[in-house]
Amino acid sequence: MRSVAQIVTEMRDHAKDGVIEVKEFHEAGGVVVGAYCTYMPWELVDAAGAWAVSLCSKNDAAIPAAEERLPRNLCPLIKASYGHALRGSCPYFHFCDVVVAETTCDGKRKMYELLAELKPLHMIDLPHRADRPEDLAFLRAQFEKFRAFLGELTGRPVTDEALARSIALRNRERRALRALWNLSKEENPVLTGHEVQEFGDFMQYHFDKEKAVAWLETATAEMKAAWEAGDRRSLKGPRILVTGCPIAGAMKVVDALEEAGGVVVCYENCGGEKEMGFLADETGDPMDALARKYLSIGCSIMSPNESRMTTLSSLMECYNIDGVVDMVLTSCHTYAVETQTVRHLVQSSGRSYLAVETDYSDSDREQLSTRLGAFVEML
Amino acid sequence: MEYSLGIDIGSVGAKAVLFDGSIVATALVPTGWSPKESGRCLVDTILAGHGLTPGRLVALVATGYGRGSLEGATHRVTEITCHAAGARFLSPGCRSVLDVGGQDSKVISLDEGGAVADFAMNDRCAAGTGRFLQMAAHALGYELSDFLSVPSGGDELPVSSMCAVFAETELVNHLARGADRAELARGIFRSVAKRCAAMLGRLGIAVPLLFTGGLAHSGVLVSMLESELGHPVAVHRQSQFAGALGAALMGWKETRA
Repeated sequence: MRSVAQIVTEMRDHAKDGVIEVKEFHEAGGVVVGAYCTYMPWELVDAAGAWAVSLCSKNDAAIPAAEERLPRNLCPLIKASYGHALRGSCPYFHFCDVVVAETTCDGKRKMYELLAELKPLHMIDLPHRADRPEDLAFLRAQFEKFRAFLGELTGRPVTDEALARSIALRNRERRALRALWNLSKEENPVLTGHEVQEFGDFMQYHFDKEKAVAWLETATAEMKAAWEAGDRRSLKGPRILVTGCPIAGAMKVVDALEEAGGVVVCYENCGGEKEMGFLADETGDPMDALARKYLSIGCSIMSPNESRMTTLSSLMECYNIDGVVDMVLTSCHTYAVETQTVRHLVQSSGRSYLAVETDYSDSDREQLSTRLGAFVEML
Repeated sequence: MEYSLGIDIGSVGAKAVLFDGSIVATALVPTGWSPKESGRCLVDTILAGHGLTPGRLVALVATGYGRGSLEGATHRVTEITCHAAGARFLSPGCRSVLDVGGQDSKVISLDEGGAVADFAMNDRCAAGTGRFLQMAAHALGYELSDFLSVPSGGDELPVSSMCAVFAETELVNHLARGADRAELARGIFRSVAKRCAAMLGRLGIAVPLLFTGGLAHSGVLVSMLESELGHPVAVHRQSQFAGALGAALMGWKETRA
């Protein structure tokens, strides 16, 4: 039986496979759809026989390039997305045939106007609330338009049968990721929060989904067995839930928490429970199921954003959370304002809460280590 | 006799407290450019001053922004936890702590038992910190000690910029128009007091409140804080050493647990 550490190493050894996979697919004539956001309905792209790839937005390398055209006081994720596209430092952007964008926040929406000068771009309009029948109808209509667009792009219409298969496959991936996350429900959990995030990245950048999901299912079962056989890694610290903006570019927050002795056991961020926590209904009309599924994402662009609060409440219980850290990227107004609501929710459940504002740079590493270290000590 | 030594390496000053159940000695040196050197110097000085060898220490606890650089530390604890512990020792029963440090300011609320219940820190800039006051003293041509003891009564010229760089420009503009520097100094203290009061307000002020850190000894800042908060602000003569004391206490309790 392999140890947890061996499986983590195997995952890391293949973390960078994605670039080669996309290059080969592209060169063989495959259609590549670039995406930035968790609202992008992956199932439609897959059912069209195309590949959906996440474009680069997770480090500060291209931010100076972006700031030649974008204002400095814009969120680092938006600047990184545009900067990598502009200076050609994102291989996925290079290989994609079209970018799919969504009207999430104002900053992104306007940035996409500039990005459209670099690559063909299809915009999916989002409703900004999720609780009325017209919101559902609106999103469904947008998805229908996207479906037709994909049909034209690939030269063959997206069939209901293909869509049903894609929905089932993506649900299977969500279940597999949930099974991985569930390993962190235990005391002294199987993986660090940093490693859990790496497994998520691994899945995001492996495009033969059947194969990747099967690998994840096996890896998770193996790690569970190893843990049950006593393979423990002394992760006994306070149990922390991380929420807020997309965390991938600000992993320094997770690292500071874990270096201080905390264990990040749950993510309510994009790519975590925020999107993957919800399955699409496999029994009814597939377009309806997709609209419902994506409308349930608890993103702060929604107002009110009940879904995030409901999800957080249930996650805090399920994962036996001691404290919640709300990561807000500089200039992300919607998440910044929502910290008030989240703080109230968390503290009224008797748990500790900390909101930190940060960006992709290293300049605040020491301040974060003090602030997050003190938070862990407090727990 | 056994001792615990707490070292608080801040951005401006490095502080030490030698503890054996009560405070045996305190020491303070400027941090300078090398937190590692100033930490080592403090340890050597305080041990030599009491004829002690490092072997007599049951714990050497480092805190402050330079806590990672102190050689031989047995524990490293953040200044939030240490200031809370130190404040509670100096002022048993206190429920809030305000510390205005060199590069950040923090407010801490304590539960009945003295544990940290919540805290807030200023965000990534010098506004409302010791560095801000240092800049202002320099711009107004004061020695720091004279600046901190500017009389609290009298007119104030409001200074609206919270950014240290913009505030300096604002001060220079006022001076160019012939403004009185004591009035400007009071304006600066007022703005720091407002900033601290807002931070305390966000946490919900519980009294008694102890003001820790070196700036607690500025009468003008304390009186302006009291007027902004509408609550008394307590200061202890050892307020400046609260962080180092807390560190020493953490080590002391650890070895006695």
